[in-house]
Amino acid sequence: MIIDVKGEVCPVPVIKAKKALKEMPFGTLEVLTDSDVAVKNLEKMARTENCLFSFKEEENIFHVFIKKEGKENAGQLKEEDEKSHEEHVVKGPKVVAIASDRMGSGDRKLGKILIKGFIFALTQMDELPASVLFYNSGAHLTVEGSSSIDDIKTLEAAGAEILTCGTCLDHYGIADKLEVGSVTNMYEIVDRMSKAQSIIRP
Amino acid sequence: MGFDKADDASAYMIDEEKVLLQTVDIFPPVVDDPYIFGQIAAANAVSDIYAMGGKPLLAMNIFCCPEDMPEEIAGEILRGGYDKINEAGAMITGGHTIKDKEPKYGLAVTGFVHPRNLLTNRGAKEGDIIILTKPLGTGILTTAAKAGLLGSAETEEMIKSMTSLNDFITEAVCEYDINACTDVTGFGLLGHCYEMAEASGLTAVIKSKKVPYMKNALELAKAGIIPAGAYANIEHIKCRSKISPHVPEEMSDVMHDPQTSGGLLISMPQKEAEKFLASIKKSLPYSCAIGSFSPKKDVDIIVEA
Repeated sequence: MIIDVKGEVCPVPVIKAKKALKEMPFGTLEVLTDSDVAVKNLEKMARTENCLFSFKEEENIFHVFIKKEGKENAGQLKEEDEKSHEEHVVKGPKVVAIASDRMGSGDRKLGKILIKGFIFALTQMDELPASVLFYNSGAHLTVEGSSSIDDIKTLEAAGAEILTCGTCLDHYGIADKLEVGSVTNMYEIVDRMSKAQSIIRP
Repeated sequence: MGFDKADDASAYMIDEEKVLLQTVDIFPPVVDDPYIFGQIAAANAVSDIYAMGGKPLLAMNIFCCPEDMPEEIAGEILRGGYDKINEAGAMITGGHTIKDKEPKYGLAVTGFVHPRNLLTNRGAKEGDIIILTKPLGTGILTTAAKAGLLGSAETEEMIKSMTSLNDFITEAVCEYDINACTDVTGFGLLGHCYEMAEASGLTAVIKSKKVPYMKNALELAKAGIIPAGAYANIEHIKCRSKISPHVPEEMSDVMHDPQTSGGLLISMPQKEAEKFLASIKKSLPYSCAIGSFSPKKDVDIIVEA
């Protein structure tokens, strides 16, 4: 996606770029600007949004590239990247919401075995989820000591966005033990859910 | 005062009892509400008189008014200025309006100070404590407000800070031993610290963790909602300051953020500073000691984590 913010001064370039970025599940956003201040502010925004940042200057116009990471494997061909991008745009992202460290409500021990199996099965699916959200006791699954860490890391490496609720990590006192993905807040959780075409809850 | 050091207002000694102070400041709207903008412009203009320890006496409006500006909006801006100048105990005695594409408003203010109470930015002494009386972040927050990114609580806090007068200083200057004073405006905290350090022949050591800032300023800075002036300020004093790598970048940005109607930056001996801070804590809850002055080093400002 390309947005042209030439002639606009801060904060407009940052606001427009952030909005465009939110609308795309992944890929590279190109921002055209003639303001060097906008370039600096876009760099900060990109960092906050966990995106890769680069820019080039051509005839006094800055071409800023902000790449939403993680949706393609290293070494994959660019065509494939674009293809999968298209698929996502057409179908809309699939989001998995994991609200507990157990699956189902019966036996506790069984519930833990099931959730581990569920996450493993996710890694084997043809179409990966765009985001996997962990909240409430689900937050225990992305921290040190979780038996699903390797599977979640596999999902992340394959391009799924792994987000764990910060309030929940704090509540359980495990904020410093997060092993995979990044910390999120309710706005992002609601944002991912409302943009999802389907939400899967184990 | 001479032109070599950057003081806040021009000062002319009339006799042994009286120094005449004059200043002028004018800028485009920083908030949408015209009445509040008028108040901010007036609080900002009169602040230069306070920064020199003086009392404002007379003020004159300077108003650039677009042809298509509704009369009631123009009236609200002027009413804001009038009310704020009134609150400062001074009078608006006239002014001048010209047509301009972009609205701008401000005032020329005249005040007086007794020579023994005259404050400049060159009097700081080694070992002095540096006090800041308002939280930082008005540049970042007004930028965010333009994009509709501020909640009502943050907007209210920002407006409260920008419309409050720095008038406490006229009493403080009689009661406390203040060595130097300036107001924090366009050059940001570190820019004005630099001016004071340079003029006083000392190095300011600022502890970034002590520096007060408005709610959300750090988050907004981190997200790239930073006005162009902050980057100009960084360039301006880059060679004269040393910022510890342990200071988070967003905090450094906040310390360079250009302020509108910012707080006073006061340099005073430690013993005095404690009493002074205790006395203003209630009316200026954000005020605190943010650092101290050391003998001159290779840079004028050192910022520690």
